[in-house]
Amino acid sequence: MNKKVWTNLMVAMLVLGLFMTVSCAKKTVVSDGTAIEDQARLDAEAAAERERIKAQELEEQMAREKALAEAKIAAARAQFENQNIHFDFDSAELSPMAKTLLKEKADWLNANPGVSVVVEGHCDDRGTTEYNIALGEKRALAAKNYLVDLGISESRLSTVSFGEERPLDSASTEEAYSKNRRAQFVL
Amino acid sequence: MKQVRNYIKLKIQHGGHGRDSQFLWRVLPVCLAGICFFLSVVQAQAKSYDYINVSNPLLNKIPVAVTEFKAFSGHDAEINGGKTAQQVLQSALDFTGYLKVLNPDAFLSNPAKTGIQLGQINFKDWTGIGADLLVTGGIEEQNGQVTLKLRLFDTLNSKLLVGKIYTGSSSQIRRMIHMFCSEISYVLTGKWGVFNSKISFVSTVQGKKEIFVCEFDGHDPKQITHHKSISLSPAWSSDGQWLAYTSYAKGKPDIYIKNLNANRGAIVNQKGSNMSPDWMPGQLSLAAALSFSGNSEIYLLTQKGEITKRITNNSGVNVSPRFSPDGKKIAFTSNRGGTPQIYVKSLDYDDARRVTFEGKYNTSPAWSPDGKKIAYVGIEKNKIDIYVIDLASGPGTPVQLTMNQYDNEDPSWSPDGSLIVFTSNREGGVSRLFVMTAAGLDQRRLLTLGGKQSQPNWSKSIGSDN
Repeated sequence: MNKKVWTNLMVAMLVLGLFMTVSCAKKTVVSDGTAIEDQARLDAEAAAERERIKAQELEEQMAREKALAEAKIAAARAQFENQNIHFDFDSAELSPMAKTLLKEKADWLNANPGVSVVVEGHCDDRGTTEYNIALGEKRALAAKNYLVDLGISESRLSTVSFGEERPLDSASTEEAYSKNRRAQFVL
Repeated sequence: MKQVRNYIKLKIQHGGHGRDSQFLWRVLPVCLAGICFFLSVVQAQAKSYDYINVSNPLLNKIPVAVTEFKAFSGHDAEINGGKTAQQVLQSALDFTGYLKVLNPDAFLSNPAKTGIQLGQINFKDWTGIGADLLVTGGIEEQNGQVTLKLRLFDTLNSKLLVGKIYTGSSSQIRRMIHMFCSEISYVLTGKWGVFNSKISFVSTVQGKKEIFVCEFDGHDPKQITHHKSISLSPAWSSDGQWLAYTSYAKGKPDIYIKNLNANRGAIVNQKGSNMSPDWMPGQLSLAAALSFSGNSEIYLLTQKGEITKRITNNSGVNVSPRFSPDGKKIAFTSNRGGTPQIYVKSLDYDDARRVTFEGKYNTSPAWSPDGKKIAYVGIEKNKIDIYVIDLASGPGTPVQLTMNQYDNEDPSWSPDGSLIVFTSNREGGVSRLFVMTAAGLDQRRLLTLGGKQSQPNWSKSIGSDN
């Protein structure tokens, strides 16, 4: 009876010991894993954050660039529409300045194919209504023909004269007259 | 005392032309009797009187007295009608530019009381105050219908020159008086005068230029177009039934040919600009400036707007054609010589000749009804004025009709050649219609209307009621 009991007790203690060892060992393994996992998660989150910031910055930059480009386009379009060429009294001759501006307009038209333009001719209000319509037409045609010579397709350009009927400035000063003697480009 | 004072004042005023006109009245009838007989043998048309040459720029005005109307029954409607008739008569005769209507304060007798017929008039009362001509009137009114009895007398010769009776509704008093004024004009000048004519013009309505029509004296303006765009350059046909004009109604200048009494018309809308229409005298065809060929040239068109003939062939600006009164020539503006000038050309020949040689900018020709002169607009040192040249005297000196009165444009002659209507902004810088004699005298505003007026065109005498 002593040997058998003693053996059983030993086995029992061994099993218990083992069991405890295993348990202890498990506990230790568990706490190590959590720390590593936390660390990895933090790392991952930080990385994601950096990625997000980078993407956001990229997006913002793209938006800025896009806005800038659009502003440039709008400005170029506005310049095309708002910058008139001017003429001397009773003349439809293109001045050197007029030719420069027309070259800029031709550049814009080349960069924007498919766009059509109406070239309007205008006069100051001195002189007869009827003569001024004819003179305005000469001015519009002079501008149009110069653009055609610069390579713009004639089918994109049409002309109309308003003579003295649509002044930009209705004062009777030389300055106003000067502003009114123009060719204007309307999209 | 007052009457004597006025009499003396008028006598002194009258002294100047009194001498001349008395000479005329004494000598002329004698000469005329002989000349008239001779002329009637030689020529088909001879006037019975030739007191006034309306083309004479040195003309003195003939003094005329227009008296109170005799009201036959004396009731209010008659008296008021008489007052209206007298006012219309005074205004119309004053408008002519060759008659001076005397102030009734100076009158020594009153035919409304003493009698309006030859035989009842003491002509010394009229020659005494310097009235070379006398008009008397009588009115009968009943239930809105009136009868007007009107007489024009030559006081120096104690003669009845013309007497007429008109009947109509009292709303037509103005028209009846104007018919009598035409008779007065015919007997004095050999022409029917302006009283049946109208003026078309441009006026702005809420800032948009539209075409309007008014009577010869600016009365009763009526809006003809409602394009709400830019409408310009109205031109009357000879018969007064059609107006042609330019309009941007469809975005570019096209010519609209419009009948005023029926819903009929046509549009000339070639590529480019279609502008400045003018009707051939006595015909329903037109000249206009069209630029479909690449520059503005002058063409003849039917009243349906079809091109029948090309008139100019020149690379410059050719615009504003105006027919000569005989329909055989056209005056127009062209810059073929480098600056805009007036040229004249036969319809059938390639004979364009320049007629303006002073100044660098002469446009807007208007041919006088006798075919001898052209009025136009000249710009000299930034001043815009109306000039007249005589075609017979070669490249002669133009006569300047407006001066130092801001900008003056768009001259158009009355059908009898006695007056010119034009645009001027001399009153506050706003564009208005003005009228003056053909010699440039008596410049005054024609009408008052909201907006800005320009580009008047004077019709011929229009036969029917419009």
